[in-house]
Amino acid sequence: MKYTGNVIKYGDNIDTDVIIPARYLNTSDHKELASHCMEDIDKTFVSRVNEGDIIVAGQNFGCGSSREHAPIAIKASGISVVIAKSFARIFYRNAINIGLAIVECPEAAENISEGDKVEADLDNGIIRDITTGREFRTEPFPEFIQNIIENGGLVQSVAKGLIR
Amino acid sequence: MEPAVSRQLKALFHNHTKEADKMSMTMTQKILAAHAGLDSVQAGQLILADLDLVLGNDITSPVAIKEFAKLGMDSVFDKNKITMIMDHFAPNKDIKAAEQCKMCRDFCGEKDITHFYDVGEMGIEHALIPEKGLATAGDLVIGADSHTCTYGALGAFSTGVGSTDMACGMASGKAWFKVPAAMKIELTGSLRKYVSGKDVILHIIGRTGVDGALYRSMEFTGDGLASLSMADRLCIANMAIEAGAKNGIFEVDEITLAYLKEHGAAEPKVYKADADAVYEEVLTVDLSQIEPTVAFPHLPENARTFGEIGDIKINQVVIGSCTNGRLEDLIAAAEIFKGRKVAKGVRAIIIPATQKIYLDAMEIGLLKTFIESGAVVSTPTCGPCLGGHMGILAAGERAVTTTNRNFVGRMGHVDSEVYLASPATAAACAVTGKITSPWEVMGV
Repeated sequence: MKYTGNVIKYGDNIDTDVIIPARYLNTSDHKELASHCMEDIDKTFVSRVNEGDIIVAGQNFGCGSSREHAPIAIKASGISVVIAKSFARIFYRNAINIGLAIVECPEAAENISEGDKVEADLDNGIIRDITTGREFRTEPFPEFIQNIIENGGLVQSVAKGLIR
Repeated sequence: MEPAVSRQLKALFHNHTKEADKMSMTMTQKILAAHAGLDSVQAGQLILADLDLVLGNDITSPVAIKEFAKLGMDSVFDKNKITMIMDHFAPNKDIKAAEQCKMCRDFCGEKDITHFYDVGEMGIEHALIPEKGLATAGDLVIGADSHTCTYGALGAFSTGVGSTDMACGMASGKAWFKVPAAMKIELTGSLRKYVSGKDVILHIIGRTGVDGALYRSMEFTGDGLASLSMADRLCIANMAIEAGAKNGIFEVDEITLAYLKEHGAAEPKVYKADADAVYEEVLTVDLSQIEPTVAFPHLPENARTFGEIGDIKINQVVIGSCTNGRLEDLIAAAEIFKGRKVAKGVRAIIIPATQKIYLDAMEIGLLKTFIESGAVVSTPTCGPCLGGHMGILAAGERAVTTTNRNFVGRMGHVDSEVYLASPATAAACAVTGKITSPWEVMGV
């Protein structure tokens, strides 16, 4: 799994209430959720995000509610991967289960800037900031997690019987 | 015959589950090992475990139902081990919310789910499940709601997950877990008057920060347990997630066992941590030193006591939620409302967490006290806690609430503010119109 995109950067403790405010949880439609993604912290996100872009954030990304609508909204916005110093555990689990690639890498999160072009090679655990030329190492995903993400999520993987 | 989904999940874990050498374990690790059919587990190990209860609400269940449909299964793994509770946007706040509840209602009807709770029977899920005896000590519970960690107060391993885990859990009765490391919270002493479990957990989160227990279990033990009611414990376990914890769990004692028996819960299985269990961190909390505590916007870790709080005027008070909508909470609030009036310019909203709590509150006269003092009393709902309905804030408004999160925009407009506090403190704020200690109002 290798993703290349431009970086949209946020700080620490980005909670699920700002990723997708509860007032929009009366739907589970992916496109509709995406149209309100990040609205309460960054009104410009929806208009400036492009397919393949990468979110880089600080500590405890996705803290708060268990709402799977949060990683769904991010994925449906076109974001290819989220890189953070750390993730809240339910968000981490949900992201993998719905097939949104996420990477914990404090060094990358610290050093990558807004607007940088970044390549994330998750199979080999290498994040490359193309703009600055810097490279960062992460733990590669265990194979079964790579499989879940590549198959589009846990349900798809289980239903297809593709997991090994 | 084993369901196909279960076989697939097992295949998923085939090469990733290895038996650990018999070693010392925490309470959480013992429950996980027992449910994974292993003698022992260690922190960091991936396991596939059997589930005793799978929970969803009217917001998370529709997503799970759509995912469940993709699995192509006719039935759920056990119709008695799934519960769906319509509490967040119920009674339906709008047409879309009505459609979501209808989807849950139809699914539960079709699959003959025993524990479906709709308006009239429902309560806020984390108050209703212990009350109905649906979880017991030693259980493994997952819920598509982050505050599922509440049942740790009963001595269960209980954790919040997402809708996809809920769907796979409903299909297979199993879920994957990474065994957590642990943090021990050693409680000593006993609480002072007008101080409750909410003040304790806000104090603890103030010390740990909102990610201080990230990925770990918080295990509560010590002599101080004896002085904590089940309402206090449920409140404390409920907010373990606000410290980032995977679960919060209390050592089971006579108080727990009496509660489980009273509520008709299944036979408890009591797990005690081994004397040499590994705790990465030990936090000692002297309950007798805890003061009324308020968490300032916009994180639960911004805990302050009254020496550090100036003159802050407020517009709204909410007393309720899965954190603090229990009868003991309403009794604590009513003691302060009794013979006093809600301050002019303040809207006080009281939300009993279940129908039974509502009825009990009526029978012992609490509702009369609330209404006479100028508060309103609502049917059970999560409503305002997550900015859903029943008390949304306008720009620039401030609320003191007994709920669990004070993130930006949590209760309404992004420019509104939420201050988290105990029922006694929230009631004191309602009658003075500013952030006030219950000790000040009651002359302690």
